[in-house]
Amino acid sequence: MAAICRIFVCLALGLLSVTAQVQAKETFSVGYLELIQERPPLLSNVLPIPEDDGLQGARLGLADNNSAGRFLGQHFELLEAKDSDLNALLKQADNWYQQGVRTLVTKMPASALTTLSNHFSERSMLLLNAGSTEDSLRQSSCLNNVLHTIPSRAMLADALTQWLMAKRLKHWLLIEGQKAGDKAFADALRRGAKRFGAKIIATKQWTFDTDLRRTAQKELPLFTQTDEYDVVVVADELGDFGEYVLYNTWYPRPVVGTQGLRPTAWHRVVEQWGAAQLQSRFEKQAERWMTDNDYAAWLAVRSVGEAIAMQTKASMDAVPGLLTSDEFQLAGFKGRKLSYRPWSGQLRQPIPLIHPRALISQAPQEGFLHPRTDLDTLGYDKPESQCQIAKQFAATK
Amino acid sequence: MKKSVQAIALSSSLLLTAGMAQGATAYVSNEKDNTLSLIDLESLEVVDTIEVGQRPRGIIFNKDYSLLYICASDDDTVQIMDVATHTIIDELPSGEDPEQFSLHPDDRKLYISNEDDALVTVVDTQTKTVIAQIDVGVEPEGMAVSPDGSLAINTSETTSMLHWIDTSSHELIHNTRVDQRPRHVEFNKDGSTLWASSEIGGTVAVIDVASKEILKKLSFKIRGIHPDKIQPVGVKLTDDDKYAFVALGPANHVAVVDASTYEVLDYLLVGRRVWHMTFNADQSILLTTNGMSSDVSVIDVDDLKVTKSIKVGRYPWGVVVKP
Repeated sequence: MAAICRIFVCLALGLLSVTAQVQAKETFSVGYLELIQERPPLLSNVLPIPEDDGLQGARLGLADNNSAGRFLGQHFELLEAKDSDLNALLKQADNWYQQGVRTLVTKMPASALTTLSNHFSERSMLLLNAGSTEDSLRQSSCLNNVLHTIPSRAMLADALTQWLMAKRLKHWLLIEGQKAGDKAFADALRRGAKRFGAKIIATKQWTFDTDLRRTAQKELPLFTQTDEYDVVVVADELGDFGEYVLYNTWYPRPVVGTQGLRPTAWHRVVEQWGAAQLQSRFEKQAERWMTDNDYAAWLAVRSVGEAIAMQTKASMDAVPGLLTSDEFQLAGFKGRKLSYRPWSGQLRQPIPLIHPRALISQAPQEGFLHPRTDLDTLGYDKPESQCQIAKQFAATK
Repeated sequence: MKKSVQAIALSSSLLLTAGMAQGATAYVSNEKDNTLSLIDLESLEVVDTIEVGQRPRGIIFNKDYSLLYICASDDDTVQIMDVATHTIIDELPSGEDPEQFSLHPDDRKLYISNEDDALVTVVDTQTKTVIAQIDVGVEPEGMAVSPDGSLAINTSETTSMLHWIDTSSHELIHNTRVDQRPRHVEFNKDGSTLWASSEIGGTVAVIDVASKEILKKLSFKIRGIHPDKIQPVGVKLTDDDKYAFVALGPANHVAVVDASTYEVLDYLLVGRRVWHMTFNADQSILLTTNGMSSDVSVIDVDDLKVTKSIKVGRYPWGVVVKP
């Protein structure tokens, strides 16, 4: 796998350098680094995740940047590398650094991202996290060269909680899976419940290892028999058992969380605010639907494009400072301008609440107010975070 | 988009319609109903609903009001309706997903934004052939041809630019970067200034056409409405250069701007998600399409008051008036 990917990188590089020469424009390079992860076997494994999840979003971002760049004498290129070995990716990043690359879009879990961030602690390299929803990255670990385009778990959980509160679904049965991500999302939900005033009637751990496709009808009604609740909130990020909770609960109640009504950065059903155009452009390019990972990678590449287009004499070195400045604004097809939080480097954004066939609502919900912007009612707010990314960018400028 | 053409069309049509018995009628395209609603401007009531192609958005009359061009976006075509009989008589090769367009003062060349293809298509409406296709930025949207016919301006939403097209060579001659998601462009009557709205940026740029420099960037503030929800889309200017009206989308208001001092004079509450606007022939009233509330608001231009709202089809998008 690693070897194939390397060849691919070389090909991509070769092609891009040719076009760059032909056009003789100023070229700005962005690297895309993905750590390929093993996926454990799942019970509801009907719909596979595409192999180029994320990468296709970065490619569309590149195409969009270049259509604008054509008119400004700017050319963007995307260098791509995927590997299941982090060390190989670090080596690739070193090579790119030597070629002058100063921005990387990453799709990797928090631990790998931390290693990559430390790897470049002494060298100027901006990392745009388009893969990890980990809250600690935005709240405590504060990697000083990382911005985040994918929403954090806290943002997703707050988005869902606001909607539940608006619907007066205040009493929850919380079911969490056994994987680390499930626990982390359940923690984010607990934080949301406390923040907005929901009450968790009971928490249940999913520990069964039966094949639920056959036995969901028998197992789940009993499993969900607790004190009465308004709603079942599920934390099962990979979709191991959650799909079978719907329609199988003891009380006839809605199911929300990682299944049922779900908060997400992006989904095919989002088509307001011009999103239909982004969706159709993506489908034309990738021949599949655009996922939340694609969207986060698209946002990352587009952010760089906008920061370059904003400058009269463009330089990659100015990009981190510009992205976290007050002037930066990005149109992301969510009906609002998007900007980066100067403390955590998290891209502020509305969160769609969807089920597989429709957009139900979009958070922040009406009435959840904030002195700065209501988008900051989602996720870790300034006083709750120890990070001060913008200050560091300003200092290193 | 339609304004520049209409201004010219209106002045000539005043002569034509003097003495005609039939009253003025507004045609409203209903994006989610695949229909046009016809409003009689005397009674201000819907008098007819006509079925057209899929997802009708931009609509525009030819000079003598005998034909109505309709962007049927989901049919990837521009339909031609015979206004006398209200039947679709032909189609134009528009390129994919036509959304907005503008008719050249020669009454022949139609400049069409192809939103999905990053193209502007120029169609000869008489020979029904494509004369030129011009590469522009991502998601071209607003279109306007200057009153003297020398320039066509297109806005590209994701590239956040105005593209200046020379209508004789069909080459791009200039690009102006504006705030995020430019939606609509409108020339004033004599073609000396160009007004461009930026939906996500929340601003309207006023541009000097001779120097292509931005003269002024207008921003808007409404008590109780978050600045992010103030999203300018449609712009209309009175022929006497007295007022500019700016539809503010989900802010549900139309801003009234003094077109010479650029001061915002008032905000008028209309229906939900106000999109595009048009005047009647003597510019005494302004009609707005309100997508989310599926109605049309009527604004009295002298009093600057909203006098009526008229229920139309679902998601009204464009509106034009036949005197």
